[in-house]
Amino acid sequence: MTVTEFASAGEADTAGRAEAKSGAPFAVRHWKALLGLALPLVLAIGWELAVAFGLASGRLMPPPSRIAATFAALAQSGELWTHVSATMGRVLAGFAIGAAAGTLIGALTGASDFARRVLDPSLQALRAVPSIAWVPLFILWLGIFEASKLALIALGVFFPIYLGVAGAIHGVDRKLVEVGRAFRLSRLELARRVLMPAVLPAWVISLRSGLGLGFMFVVAAEFMGASEGLGYLLVDGQQLGKPDQILAAIIAFALLGKLSDSILVAVTRPLLAWQDVSRGRL
Amino acid sequence: MLHLDKLSKTYADGTEALRAITLDIPSGTIAAIVGGSGCGKTTLLRLVAGLDQPSSGAIRVDAEPISGPHPAVGIVFQEPRLFPWLSVADNTGFGLAGLPRGERERRVGETLARVGLGEHAGRWPRELSGGQQQRVAIARALVAQPKVALLDEPFSALDAFTRVSLHDHLLTLWRQSRPTIVLVTHDVEEAVALGDQVIIMSPRPGRVFEAIDIALGRPRDRLSDAFEAAKRRVFKSLNASLADPNAPRREDVASGAALWW
Repeated sequence: MTVTEFASAGEADTAGRAEAKSGAPFAVRHWKALLGLALPLVLAIGWELAVAFGLASGRLMPPPSRIAATFAALAQSGELWTHVSATMGRVLAGFAIGAAAGTLIGALTGASDFARRVLDPSLQALRAVPSIAWVPLFILWLGIFEASKLALIALGVFFPIYLGVAGAIHGVDRKLVEVGRAFRLSRLELARRVLMPAVLPAWVISLRSGLGLGFMFVVAAEFMGASEGLGYLLVDGQQLGKPDQILAAIIAFALLGKLSDSILVAVTRPLLAWQDVSRGRL
Repeated sequence: MLHLDKLSKTYADGTEALRAITLDIPSGTIAAIVGGSGCGKTTLLRLVAGLDQPSSGAIRVDAEPISGPHPAVGIVFQEPRLFPWLSVADNTGFGLAGLPRGERERRVGETLARVGLGEHAGRWPRELSGGQQQRVAIARALVAQPKVALLDEPFSALDAFTRVSLHDHLLTLWRQSRPTIVLVTHDVEEAVALGDQVIIMSPRPGRVFEAIDIALGRPRDRLSDAFEAAKRRVFKSLNASLADPNAPRREDVASGAALWW
């Protein structure tokens, strides 16, 4: 096999897609992906028609058109951005703290047997506590404003990342570590040149699940008293009897969650190009 | 000169893997070690590589004692053990991180070209066949120009054709920097094809049974009578080593095999 042949094999995926792009129309190329849209579309159109023809009142479950209108109104008034930026700010700050702590402590317990014996049992015990249970304590300690919210989000993000990193380092192929030893790498070099790249895939996955939990806990945090944020929008919608506002906020969560996960995947993809896996669409 | 002096290894569980191995392997020659399973071939190699510590005895390369991984000693394992996140070139140059970039690239390029992988330098290991991966592993060990290269059954997982072509690649690299090569194998033909001497070990505990000089020039004709005669000699000695009165019963041998790693 020649180099060019090989390079083109590596790019086959992209090349294939580019080729398809010039050919068939969008719907034909993506009909399998579009298949997943059929069920929600049928349900939405059905409900819309049911409300339009007076078969259902749509008071508690507003039809899609009304949700879309609410969403658009929130967006136009600028209110949506206030809430979205408040929520995203909390998620990102809490995620950053939790991810940094989880990565550092996970690396420590994964690499050092002593640290693992000292820290891991306590951390596992803490992990068994539902994170929401800390809310009263956090409010007493940190007040009802941002600090207690960030603490809750960071705590929720911490555990999956801690577990993922510690487990991945513990599970690094001994045979590869031995190659590092045979080449006389210092502990630091071994960590940088063997352990870190080896745990990278597991780390990315733990970051993704941590980010997902970050969104989960930001809602809990905003439920416990906030004047802005998508969680506030949810509570507000319940108290004022505005189901369309609740659904608009839920849709905003879905979009934000998917978007931030996609960004995380896109940013880390080049780091994981070497993996011998069928990447698919994880 | 690779000098092993009364090298013994007893594992923590009391298993005696090696007893008083004394060997002198002249510089720039190839020694092939064969022996029944459980004879401690791999243990011996790991001691010389400095990956395990001997219970007693000493290892010296020229005058220098070996007590841990040492720049004078390189090792190729049974599996390629390439780093999947490094390109073929970066894998090959793994042990050359201390060199300036230009020098490193030059040496890696030369070595890869010599094992016929020059075109594959930019690929990922997963994109190579098993034989190609093992060639990269051999290149990785030899590009650092160790005085002693240890090869632990490096060709055992490959088919016969690939194996013969890898023998040639190994000899090409060996001619380049003339390291002392210690090759552990369970293939008598391979031992005779490559070795300047074939060392037969007997199992439980591992001891040197006999060292046979292979006085054949290179390249070696595997179909010649002299080659056949040398093979027969090694086979005979191997049989004798297993018929040793101290040798264990078969089932003991099998359980000992688990201690190699």
